Amino acid sequence: MVDTLNFDLVSPERSVASFSATEVQIPGSEGEMTVMPNHALVLTTLRPGVLSVGSIDGVTDYVVTGGFAEVTASGVTVLAERAIIKSDITQSDLNGIISSFKADLDNANEEMHDAARKAYADVIALAAALGMSVA
Amino acid sequence: MPNLSDLKNRIASVKSTRKITKAMQMVASAKLRRAQDAAQAGRPYAERFNAVMAGLAASVGTTAGGPKLLAGTGSDQTHLLVVMTSERGLCGGFNSNIAKMVRLATKKLLAEGKAVKIITVGKKGRDALRRDFGDKFVDHVDLSDVKRVGYNNAAGIAEQVLSRFDAGEFDVATIFFSEFISIINQVPTEVQVIPAKFELADAESTVYDYEPSEEGILADLLPRAVATQIFTALLENGASEQGARMSAMDNATRNAGDMIEKLTIQYNRSRQAKITNELIEIISGAEAL
Repeated sequence: MVDTLNFDLVSPERSVASFSATEVQIPGSEGEMTVMPNHALVLTTLRPGVLSVGSIDGVTDYVVTGGFAEVTASGVTVLAERAIIKSDITQSDLNGIISSFKADLDNANEEMHDAARKAYADVIALAAALGMSVA
Repeated sequence: MPNLSDLKNRIASVKSTRKITKAMQMVASAKLRRAQDAAQAGRPYAERFNAVMAGLAASVGTTAGGPKLLAGTGSDQTHLLVVMTSERGLCGGFNSNIAKMVRLATKKLLAEGKAVKIITVGKKGRDALRRDFGDKFVDHVDLSDVKRVGYNNAAGIAEQVLSRFDAGEFDVATIFFSEFISIINQVPTEVQVIPAKFELADAESTVYDYEPSEEGILADLLPRAVATQIFTALLENGASEQGARMSAMDNATRNAGDMIEKLTIQYNRSRQAKITNELIEIISGAEAL
């Protein structure tokens, strides 16, 4: 019997996924992080990236932006503003994401500028990782 | 006494009104189900988010050095009211209840010598408040083209509110919407979003490792919290609107039914009276011969 943890992925509009996973790879703002059962309690913000969840049935990848992940004793809860299954993402979804981050970057004040630029760079990197073009 | 053809016309017109209100009621009930589902689906996110925010806010504290969105600007001179109403009418007291509440709140603030700015979401609220507080309007958000309210609509409103906050245009922001209790009960509600207030559900303050620091997370999440609260409010409002419309149209349909009954009785009586009259005329005519 493999140890599992409860994985929940929730977007503002609905609960995207909820199942038991064996490991969850989180694109944390301070770096990638793989959570396995009995992980220490962590709360981390997300950067735009790919969340990959391994379960007995295989690995599912989600593209997530904005939000946070909460690792508790019982499992992992990811709250993301956008959460799309990686294989379902289309160029137009990506364009929407890119343009919204571009707008954030353009509107960012001095205080937020670094964070916005980093987020935008993450999105561009994400696009490259997905093998899609940047509009 | 209206003549027979007038009565007949009126009955026909009330009947067609009833058909319309009945159809509207049915449409509203279908939309209500969808709106309720959406509100239900959005609940886990909002609950989890608020719980985490409450924990964070409690541990960082509302010291003066804290983030402005949480601790406030140190003043409460200028208030921003975000008023959410519907884009369409014919939904009973839904819009006027919200407008009434906003009117009271605005008058109270003005009496205290505070400045008030209003952003309206939804056409009906703007129309209801324009006469009294038209000079206080700073913006209007039009959602009439939006079929299903999505998170990006809320994020758009939140972005606007936040950029005004950054520009120092106001100190306190409050959103007004209608909370959905049941089909016949929607309660106008006000929620203060800036500075944010989080209710600590229970004393579960789990100790986490924070990445980045607690302050860093808070700074990242506070703007999202505003969007989340606005989104919840929009969803509640959507369900409330359909609920209110459904019960209003149900009433209207029933009233139309009553009216048709009354008019039909009147019509039958008049017709009978007319026949009796004619008979009397014929009989008395025959007797006179």
